[in-house]
Amino acid sequence: MQSKETILDVNHLKINFNTYAGTVKAIRDVSFSLKKGETLAIVGESGSGKTVTTRSIMGLLANNAVVAGGSIQFHGQDVLKMSQKQLEGLRGAKIAQIFQDPMTSLDPTMRIGRQIAEPLIIHKGVKKEKAMAQALEMMKLVGITDAENRINDYPHQFSGGMRQRIVIAIALINYPEILIADEPTTALDVTIQAQILDLMRELQDKISTSIIFITHDLGVVAGMADRVAVMYAGKIVEYGTVDEIFYNPKHPYTWGLLSSMPTLDTHGDELASIPGTPPDLLDPPKGDAFAPRNPYALKIDTEQEPPFFKVSDTHYAATWLLHPDAPKVTPPEQIIERQKKFAVMQKEAEAKEQHRIEEEEEQQ
Amino acid sequence: MAKYLLKRVFYLLLTLFIVITVTFFLMKLLPGTPLQNQQKLSPAQQHLILKQYGLTKPIWQQYLIYVGGVFQGNFGTSFQFSDQPVSYLISSRIGPSLLLGLQAMILGVVPGILVGALGAIKKNTWVDTTTTIISILGISIPSFVLAVLLQYFLGLKLHLFPIADWGGFAYTVLPTLALAASPFADTARFTRTEMVDVLNSDYIELARAKGLSKWGVIYHHALRNSLIPVVTIIGPLAVNIMTGSMVIENIFSIPGIGEQFVKSILTNDYPTIMAVTIVYSVMLMVVLLITDIVYGIIDPRIRISGRSN
Repeated sequence: MQSKETILDVNHLKINFNTYAGTVKAIRDVSFSLKKGETLAIVGESGSGKTVTTRSIMGLLANNAVVAGGSIQFHGQDVLKMSQKQLEGLRGAKIAQIFQDPMTSLDPTMRIGRQIAEPLIIHKGVKKEKAMAQALEMMKLVGITDAENRINDYPHQFSGGMRQRIVIAIALINYPEILIADEPTTALDVTIQAQILDLMRELQDKISTSIIFITHDLGVVAGMADRVAVMYAGKIVEYGTVDEIFYNPKHPYTWGLLSSMPTLDTHGDELASIPGTPPDLLDPPKGDAFAPRNPYALKIDTEQEPPFFKVSDTHYAATWLLHPDAPKVTPPEQIIERQKKFAVMQKEAEAKEQHRIEEEEEQQ
Repeated sequence: MAKYLLKRVFYLLLTLFIVITVTFFLMKLLPGTPLQNQQKLSPAQQHLILKQYGLTKPIWQQYLIYVGGVFQGNFGTSFQFSDQPVSYLISSRIGPSLLLGLQAMILGVVPGILVGALGAIKKNTWVDTTTTIISILGISIPSFVLAVLLQYFLGLKLHLFPIADWGGFAYTVLPTLALAASPFADTARFTRTEMVDVLNSDYIELARAKGLSKWGVIYHHALRNSLIPVVTIIGPLAVNIMTGSMVIENIFSIPGIGEQFVKSILTNDYPTIMAVTIVYSVMLMVVLLITDIVYGIIDPRIRISGRSN
């Protein structure tokens, strides 16, 4: 994974929104990179800046948004400095997006075949008949049954799950390098959610696209992502591989998120939750924005923003708890159990690896 | 589709029957008789004339006779113009009214949609403010006031168009403008609201994410979806123009059915009142039928001959 080429590099991105009430600092210094073929999950609660981040990658920020700093490098070009024309050439061709609510994200008055074929016609100048033939192929690929007869149907003739498949077909018709999935399963039934996630995994293998997966649902992340970035109040607070985030989290906010997710071995009657609400980004607090809600907050959290501390080559967290001088704290019970599991998993992985090597040696 | 049309025509006739019945009895409640301005006639003479026209019979009998006549295509003769059949009176006067109405409809709706769409696209700019002010003026100024203003400035002062009367196209300009103002304003306001909604919708976001240009998004996705609700107000706009025409035709001395309608009410010309009412009702119902058909054409969700039927 490490050896793979980085295709998207977000550096110190800062985005403000000018509102009547003042300047909202929605994105406050966000950096991450995306490698070819990998899935990066961005996790956080509503208003943490997940969607704004992806919108800035698509060049689809609202009119009152101001880029206050940073860059988004895509193949060595800064997306933030592109002209409207260049952005139009990028959207739907190189970078595509799947939206949250399939019930409202399709044009109700256009036949779905035409909607799927549209990006082909715009970007590649493909003739209409040929584009429709490709649209039909794509419909079959995303698992729309009886595609030949349904290509001329309208969106209202499809169920929610089928519509999300159509939205995915639209996004993938040009084989984009990056697919941004903004909560693609939030509006769907749980059973349909699983189907759509399976489909996305399957298609990622087939067309080898990178995925940025935006969600507030950690349960969805586990099976989807290679790496996870946790966002809070316009910042990334912790990032690492999916196992590192799930089983060895270091940031108290990640602890809170994981503890508030029910699992099969959750004990007790009550589901944990994070008290309080996210800070007002009109006037972000000094120091660590999570400090007021953080039971583990140190004095320094209210004075100085924590830098990223390295946990492993792939795992970083922005919390003063990782500072060598910080007092040792005991994370919530659930997290300790997860960390125990992580240790077992690592041992198992090592044993498996050992076993594999031995088998190979035996075969020789 | 044929079955649907047949059903609609049946409902149209049923509605018409109800309209005829209600109008007939309402009309009989009007004070006075057709002879109220003929004071020189003695009561005996008046009675004789009324009897000749069948107006001395009980009202329910008059009603049955009238309805029977209508079913045979006989709308009676006008009381006002001696022995002129009402059907002739109307057919000779419906031309100017239809022409004015159609012109006003087109002049109101088409620019209304364009101006409304422009206001939505350029939301919160000076373009939006200007178009909003124009449409508010269009809604708040009554057509008869606008008519007089147009006559004064464009007719009397600038000599651009004839002030009144009926001749060629030039005579239709001022009354058409006066009639079109309110439908124009309504359409513009309505289109703007709809378009603002549509431009904020998820599928427009998706269209942008596909890489369509700003105007590509508007042309391919926003316009059609914004027009669906606009079609629904065409019926009320037609009513607006019909009622407006009664006043406007009088102000511009246009020999149309609107002017005739007002005259016949003032003189209790029963057969003419009934006939004009029927004509207006039919026109409105045909407009509504066309609206429903057009609605189905542009919105696939309510297409009439669905596969499920």
